[in-house]
Amino acid sequence: MSTSAEPSTSPIGRPLDRVDGRAKVTGAARYAAEVPLPDLTHAVLVGARVACGRITSIDASEAERQTGVLAVLTHENIGKIAGQPPLLPSLAGTVAPGETFFPMQSDQIHYAGQQVALVVAETYEQALHASRLVRVEYAEQPSVTVIDDARDQAYEPEAIFAGFIPGRAQRGDVAQALEQADVTVDNTFSYAANHHNPIEPSAATAWWEGDRLTLHDTTQGVTATQHTVAALLGIPHTRIRVVSHFTGGSFGAKAMIWHHPTLAALAARAVHRPVRLALTREQMFTGCGHREEQEHHLTLGADQRGRLTALRHHKLSLTSPFDHWAEPSLGVVGQMYACPHYEGAYHLIRANTMTPTFMRCPGEATGLFSLETSMDELAERLGLDPVELRLRNFAETDPASGKPWSSNGLEECYRRGAERIGWHRRAEPPARDGDWVIGLGMAASAYPVYGPNNPARARARVYADGTAVVQAAVTDIGTGVLTAMTQVAAEALCLPVERCRFEGGDTDLPHVAATVGSSGAGMVSAAVYAAATELRAQLVARAVADEGSPLHGADPDHVVVRDGRMMRGDAPDTGESYAELLRRNFLPDSEATGSWGPPPHDVPYAALTFGAQFAEVAVDPELGLVRVRRLAGAFAPGRVLNAKTARSQLMGGMIWGLSQALLEATHMEPNTGRWANASLGEYLVPVNADAPEVDVDFVDVEENLVNPLGVKGVGEVGQAGVAAAIANAIHHATGRRIRKMPITIEDLVVAPEA
Amino acid sequence: MAVRTPEASPGPEAAERGPGPVKVRLGVNGRERGIDIEPRVSLLEVLRAELDLTGAKRGCDQGTCGACTVWVDGRRVLACLTLAITCEGREVTTIEGLARPDGTGDGQLHPMQEEFIAQDAFQCGYCTPGQIMSAVGCVQEGHATDDAEIKEWMSGNICRCAAYPHIRAAIRAARDRV
Ligand code: FES
Ligand code: FES
Repeated sequence: MSTSAEPSTSPIGRPLDRVDGRAKVTGAARYAAEVPLPDLTHAVLVGARVACGRITSIDASEAERQTGVLAVLTHENIGKIAGQPPLLPSLAGTVAPGETFFPMQSDQIHYAGQQVALVVAETYEQALHASRLVRVEYAEQPSVTVIDDARDQAYEPEAIFAGFIPGRAQRGDVAQALEQADVTVDNTFSYAANHHNPIEPSAATAWWEGDRLTLHDTTQGVTATQHTVAALLGIPHTRIRVVSHFTGGSFGAKAMIWHHPTLAALAARAVHRPVRLALTREQMFTGCGHREEQEHHLTLGADQRGRLTALRHHKLSLTSPFDHWAEPSLGVVGQMYACPHYEGAYHLIRANTMTPTFMRCPGEATGLFSLETSMDELAERLGLDPVELRLRNFAETDPASGKPWSSNGLEECYRRGAERIGWHRRAEPPARDGDWVIGLGMAASAYPVYGPNNPARARARVYADGTAVVQAAVTDIGTGVLTAMTQVAAEALCLPVERCRFEGGDTDLPHVAATVGSSGAGMVSAAVYAAATELRAQLVARAVADEGSPLHGADPDHVVVRDGRMMRGDAPDTGESYAELLRRNFLPDSEATGSWGPPPHDVPYAALTFGAQFAEVAVDPELGLVRVRRLAGAFAPGRVLNAKTARSQLMGGMIWGLSQALLEATHMEPNTGRWANASLGEYLVPVNADAPEVDVDFVDVEENLVNPLGVKGVGEVGQAGVAAAIANAIHHATGRRIRKMPITIEDLVVAPEA
Repeated sequence: MAVRTPEASPGPEAAERGPGPVKVRLGVNGRERGIDIEPRVSLLEVLRAELDLTGAKRGCDQGTCGACTVWVDGRRVLACLTLAITCEGREVTTIEGLARPDGTGDGQLHPMQEEFIAQDAFQCGYCTPGQIMSAVGCVQEGHATDDAEIKEWMSGNICRCAAYPHIRAAIRAARDRV
């Protein structure tokens, strides 16, 4: 599949404008907190001011007296949930609570910001004002909120990530291999906690009609919301419908189902009216998880020629009081290079924070920083070009499983990325531009290809007017999935794109799991393709069996379809359109469903999406300023469904890497156990002035294994490795190795310790 | 700072109104609108809740993200930091009124809207109405002569999807069409 601009008749891959573009540029697109409803009420949450302890009293009387206030709900009156479902990643396609804890069920406080009260009023301003008048008294207990508080309490979990990933993995004998290595690189890294901060705060609008609940939720998966809220409320799926036509960014914040949709439903039940509950920006720091504070200890062993012999990677991070959660920072690191001896281990500390969660490039974003800055150091020690070192360690097969790769393309990514950035310019000493020193750096990039644990389903329908609608319960969080699936449907139905419409965002549509982990395009396209192909076959079968059809008696295998017209392959003049067939038979439409997966657990291949990241930075060493002047990335994501939206996603991911390297940190104030910078004024994310031009290149690889269309996904690989490329470029410019994120001015102006 | 709040100009009677609901008249997208609101209510909340113009987004309610950017008397302002009552007698323009300020129109988009689509200058779309209102303002102010200038004068609008290079491309293209 070529993804370059060459003309193609296939709708798949074409850089079409987004089908929802017009709605988004005119303000017509409605997000979850924008559904107009009669009698709507507004709810505002109150968060705990302490990180650990008990509530000793709640005085809501003043809040309740305020004009417009309808209810103040707390653990004393909101009622009990039916049961706590287990924590499962939403990709599993079933319940997916963000943590195995539900607030307002007792007086216990486990983390600051924990939701302790909910004020419902006629207007948002009234609810917001009254929420500040709810007086909550606490008996505070000492809390643990930073790694430095409790190193001695670290434990090694049997498994992390809801039990899906073992706490320890190894192959060979890493200790012995390190002892025998010619060169070792041994470093510790520390990474700040991060918060997703999509621009749309999480929100839900809930209303009951009798015992039937409708929820508009900000979510990466309407089905995940449905399963989770149904379990928490103890109501059957048949009585809960979840809708989310547009979600205003997520990046993992809305990948798991947090407490607000269920709380909105409980509040709507209490006031007998529709309730809209939107988190404030501050509450987004304690309402939907975060990337946890963590430290990595990574040791490389290599021979004189730079071939890796040993890799040891240990991670220490904070989790919640409830769950053994760590983002999987070790996985891809252990697969990136051919290295016979490996050991990876997670260590956790229970802390007074909510359960951490997926945040874009969860694990790879940190793990690859540790690995790829270490590789840069190894290259320097051996006097090798960093690209050459990586080529010498290229993994022909997956080092973890020994299986062949489904497809690869990594070597070509290195070559193309180097060309795009002008790697040949990388000189010692580095070039200067006035006060700026110019550094070039690179890093490898990879991200797993995840498949769903349950079938992905879709439905396709052709109407007698020759138009088609294809449906699946997928939400567009900005990926362009509605556009891409329209293209897939058009391809499989052999219809022009303009005559196809794709609908998603509603649990009344066929089930697909949440689109997380870059898996959405692969699994949904597979289901859409299956449904649409089935429908095309059904229409052809009907035509050849229909005595009134010019195709009567033809071999269905030799019927081709173009632009909605079925015809004999050997006699293209003989045929008729879908519309003619349906109308002649007085049929309003024809419909088929299709499903895909889940793929078997033990497939004979391993799958990662590979890429290579290159960065050019300018550093003013006196002032400690870093400016990323250019990013160039080359990626081999298999089949690209829409070259335009895929490019945008990769570009966005790369700027996320920049942000992670240089800007993003949520600071914990250990004395209070609260995040100290819970606003977009103080939690830094890139603005336009921070974002350089970004060069995205696609490397074609033949991918036939991971799913029917060979789609490996582009949502996250764009970010993987960028931060390391930037840190390596900073090293090239300054000679300084900064082994933390974010890298700030202080790191560069303060002299390194002797 | 590219985005400002309008200078508050309380008329003599404003000090005496409230705290309960008071009648306020606003010009919004070319139409005169009368609403009953408490004086503490922001322009953003009036647009979204009272007038059902949800194109202006609430990203922070703190003046830090730009998602709520609209125009008051043709100048870009942050609707979350603007009290609706201070806009009495002024003309408010939102994304819904950009292409057809008289409220009629034939479905034709503003060139900036067209270029945002063509350049794929958004992903989730949540920051987009604010970006577009800001972008048109940026060009009209004469702050879009080159990329360096666009970067500075568009930095009050956060795009977490990080469509920034494409936002600049859309602004260049729309600027050159005008
Ligand atoms: S909502 Fe007004 S600046 Fe963020
Ligand atoms: S398009 Fe998502 S925040 Fe800008």
